[in-house]
Amino acid sequence: MATRRGFLAGLAALALPCPSWADVGAPAFLAAAKAGEDFVLHGLSAAGESLFSLPLPARGHAAAAHPSRPLAVAFARRPGTFAVVIDCRSGDVTARLTPPEGRQFNGHGVFSADGAVLYTSEVVAEGSEGRIGLWDAVRFSRIGEWASGGIGPHDMKRLGDHLVVANGGIQTDPKDRTKLNIDSMRPNLSLIGADGALADQVALAPDFHQNSIRHLALGPKGAVAFAMQWEGDPTTAVPQLGLWTPGKAPVLCPPPEAEALRMQGYAGSIAWSGDQIAMTSPKGGVAMIFADTGAHLATIERPDICGVAALSQGDFLASDGAGGLSSLTAQGLVRLSQDALSWDNHLVALV
Amino acid sequence: MRALTLALMLIATPALADFPETVQRHILPGYQALAESTAALAAQAEKTCDVAALQPAYHAAYDAWMSVQHLRFGPVETDGRGLSILYWPDPKAMGAKAQKGLLAGDPTKLTPAAFAEQSVAARGLLSLERLLYPAEPLTADPCPLIRATATDLAATSAKVFEEWQGGFAETLITAGEVGNKVYLTRPEARQVLFTQVVTGLEFLDDQRLGRPLGDFDAPHPERAEARASGRSARNVLLSLQALRQMVETLTPDAPNTVAAFDHAIHLAETLDDPAFAGIADPGKRLKVEILQQAVDHVRELVMSELAPELDVGIGFNAADGD
Repeated sequence: MATRRGFLAGLAALALPCPSWADVGAPAFLAAAKAGEDFVLHGLSAAGESLFSLPLPARGHAAAAHPSRPLAVAFARRPGTFAVVIDCRSGDVTARLTPPEGRQFNGHGVFSADGAVLYTSEVVAEGSEGRIGLWDAVRFSRIGEWASGGIGPHDMKRLGDHLVVANGGIQTDPKDRTKLNIDSMRPNLSLIGADGALADQVALAPDFHQNSIRHLALGPKGAVAFAMQWEGDPTTAVPQLGLWTPGKAPVLCPPPEAEALRMQGYAGSIAWSGDQIAMTSPKGGVAMIFADTGAHLATIERPDICGVAALSQGDFLASDGAGGLSSLTAQGLVRLSQDALSWDNHLVALV
Repeated sequence: MRALTLALMLIATPALADFPETVQRHILPGYQALAESTAALAAQAEKTCDVAALQPAYHAAYDAWMSVQHLRFGPVETDGRGLSILYWPDPKAMGAKAQKGLLAGDPTKLTPAAFAEQSVAARGLLSLERLLYPAEPLTADPCPLIRATATDLAATSAKVFEEWQGGFAETLITAGEVGNKVYLTRPEARQVLFTQVVTGLEFLDDQRLGRPLGDFDAPHPERAEARASGRSARNVLLSLQALRQMVETLTPDAPNTVAAFDHAIHLAETLDDPAFAGIADPGKRLKVEILQQAVDHVRELVMSELAPELDVGIGFNAADGD
């Protein structure tokens, strides 16, 4: 028996202009995982609860979340030949992105602020020269591409109406990820304008040319924190964190000498929350917390920790390969949940 | 009281090899021996600065470190303690540079509190080695610096043992029990210990053997660890023995891994090239290369036999790299 109230509610539902993230429980983060032999994508609340879990066709790397519609684009591990657009309400794959001939996805992507365009980090398979693929975010058809400003772009973030791109500098074999240019690599950070033109670019000092710039986090005032992976002598201590304000020179932020090797030269993920920056190293089994000035505040142990994203001011959510989700601060980790799965590299914040 | 509780709990643990055994039979005795041998070294240095009288105590302390140096988690990682005990490799000779200033400099920097604030490169076993086995005559009386270095080493080692005994061992042993906030499950404890075996073997292979071996056309015997005191090969042997013992405490069911260790240990025992000086000589080099291949074989078995036996692997993210 239809009640008046139910009828009105039905009308209200019909009047909703389009589906939104609220339809799937308003997740704060997306995270890929391996559960048994299956690969899945979870929507997570800020408290570390899984709100939904959807199957992925293969192991994912990072995902891009549409700013308003409940759509996630999951990228294959690099070098990838596909990305899938998933309707997070149903779990249906609504589109499948295939890069043009001779291009490969490189694990990351981001939507434009209005959600109309998806940008994907890509390489030309032969030579690893970087490209940014542009896709219409309604039909998910290819609408163009730009140069990324370097070799082997990886993470990419929206900075105002620009894109900031971490060109990791590593040329890889298109088939097996073998690194081909470690002796001559030269990573950079590139700022790409709305017209696709290079607006700014910085590289590191020659001593650090083997420090691959791979992941990015943005501060509240337009600064970029970048996380690096050292391809040089593993016993040489080099910073894994750098800060860059476009228009200025990048600044590297070494931890104290006693902590300098704890990340084993490898930063897996980075996030910025309030006035603090967190960076993880699954290889070192640690997270490091820095002030936004670049000063090291704490090193926190947690095996296979990798995903990290901002929670409230100065707090972070961290994920690990043993299925743990924890809140992370300079005081330590507090476990929020534990599942029988392995969280994959990244936690993607929905903003 | 806490230590007593722990001791009782350890007795109550069945004598099946698993990670609590590793804590009881490998980690705690190892750190205790390190604390005792470094304390003996510091006490000896208070009595005399005669290098001949100190060298045996230095070797005993280094031996003790080799039985635990592969453990790179917990109290030894706080404040860079592990690095301050052994700073190696040191390709830029930062230790020697930092130490030079201390040798002829301000004696107030040698008080225990001030010395503990010095660069980790200027402290520890290899700093003592440079004073006890100097390559060229020292420019100042090394006695105050020998004493400060030995005292610091003993204090650091004591702290590591105390923190393991006073809480961290319990944290690890009680993995998965209600109230344990560090290790929520028992597999996590096995995982972290397995990782120590893997990274310990990797360091042995890539650094202790790999650095001096270099390439056939470019050998680097001068890069060997602790060559001035002639311990390069001994450290490889002791590291293999320690890792073998650790594996045995983790499980009784990795016979091929243990056999591979035994083969590598036999090769290390019969190497007869204490400081790897022979690496530049093609005939002698071959023996070190064969040893390295034996270590590679151990590493393969650790992944193919020990990992499934413990039901662990390299961390999902740690193994990936992206």
